[in-house]
Formats: sequence, C-alpha cells, structure tokens
Amino acid sequence: MAADPLSRVFSALADPTRRDIVARLAVGDASVNELAEPYDVTVQAVSKHLKVLQDAGLVSRTRSAQRRPCHLEAGVFDLMTKWIERYRQEAEDRFQRLDAILQQMEQTDTSNDDQAGAAS
Amino acid sequence: MSAATRNTSRNQTTIEADPVMPTITITREFDAPVASVFRAHAEPDLVAQWLGPRSTRMLIEHYDCQTGGSWRYRTSVEDGGVSFYGSFHEVRLNERIVQTFTFDGYPDGVSLETMTFEDLGDGRTRITAMSLVESLESRDMMLASGMEVGVVEGYEQMDELLDKLS
Repeated sequence: MAADPLSRVFSALADPTRRDIVARLAVGDASVNELAEPYDVTVQAVSKHLKVLQDAGLVSRTRSAQRRPCHLEAGVFDLMTKWIERYRQEAEDRFQRLDAILQQMEQTDTSNDDQAGAAS
Repeated sequence: MSAATRNTSRNQTTIEADPVMPTITITREFDAPVASVFRAHAEPDLVAQWLGPRSTRMLIEHYDCQTGGSWRYRTSVEDGGVSFYGSFHEVRLNERIVQTFTFDGYPDGVSLETMTFEDLGDGRTRITAMSLVESLESRDMMLASGMEVGVVEGYEQMDELLDKLS
C-alpha cells in the first residue's frame, strides 16, 4: 500500500507523533536525539518515524555533519497550500454561478409580486 | 438590477481546514435574501444550474431535499460519468441542511455536510458549510484532489517535487 508518492505523504502525516515531529522541524532543524527528548520512546522509535517522513520526501538529513540534523522540506507543504487554494477557488467559481442565479430569482420575484419572500 | 450592479468582489469564499479535526469549513456571503439562497440549494432545477466544477455540467438523477430524502447526480459521459450520492439527514427551511456525500468511485468514504444559512439583514445571507470525514488523511486527500479538477496536475507536481528531493 501507499505505493505512489502522494499517498506516502498522506500516510506519513496520518500519524500524530510524525505530525508533531514535523511541527517541531518547522521551527528549525534538529538531531534525532533532540527530537526524541520530549517523548517517552526510544531514539530507535523516533528514527523509525523519521524514516517514514524521509521516504515520503517530507524530511531530509544532512549526510556530512556529525549530528546529521533533520530538515523539513517545506516545499511539500507549499504544494498543500496550493491545493487548498485551488479547492477554495473551485467553491468560489460555484458560488459566483449561484450569485448570478440569485440575481435572476430576484428579478423574477420583483416582476411577479412585490411582496414575495415575506416570511410569515 | 443590472449585471453591472452585481458586487461579487466583497463576497469572497473562505476556507478552513482544521489542524486537529478532519473537517473543511467553507464560508460565503451572498447579496440575496436567505429564502432565495435556501431555495437555490433545495430546488433541483436551480441546483443543477450552479453545482459542480466550472467546466462540468451535473446531471441530477433525483434530488429530494427534505428530512429523510436522498439525492444522486452525475457528470456527463464526456466528463467521465462519475456520480455522487447521499441522504438528506435534516432539512430545516431557511436555516439548515444536513446531508451525506459519497463519491461513487470510493463508496467506503462518506462526508457529513452541515450547511447553515444565516440572515444578515439588508437582503444579505451567509452560508457556512462544514464537511466532516473519517480521518485527517481522507480530509487532506479531499483537499488535494480539489474534488474533480486538477487532481492529475497535483500528482504531477508532487511527482516532480519528490523526484527533486530524492
């Protein structure tokens, strides 16, 4: 499962610990030990989570430096922001068509009966 | 009123994806009385004129907008012939429509949609539509797909980006 890249990103983010790690990396790069500190789990467990995030392309690790800090690939989230904007734009397009229909309805109502629409 | 007097610029759609709950909330105001905005959501002849994405005409198979009623509509064959269906859980005149929403291609997924209609006075109305799905993952998928349009483009962009990273 989760063979395609997009699904990997979403499965990676489906886990609360991994979302938490992502939130902390959004503030700045951190080593595995630093990331493991606040959790009641082993460094190995955090490494496992990091592996999933790395496979999904959300996190990268510097190879050169001794402590190999983890770095958040923010570009992936820019894409998500774009998706949300597109979703919003789709809704806006729909509502603009609705605007036009509401205007037609208003014209029809006015010509039929000036009292139309009065609620009880 | 003529089309020239129409003011859509101040009626912008806002969208909010909750970070903790798997919801999407869309809010929009209209220069029309609440009774008209409600009718445009409740009467199939009117719904058919604005529903669906820009380029796609939705064909309504049935649309029985009352508590306990149901609905089903589909796109034309040229547009892929995909269909959507659901039930009207509660319909309260000029106030509220609660319905379910399922995409035929993914029958395990269901969204609960609560739409409220708010009379702002001066012949203006605000609608708030909250969609609740079963997981944050499903919610993000829903956002990513933009429902119908742009899904392929989204995947392609993601592929390109991930190629660069690996």
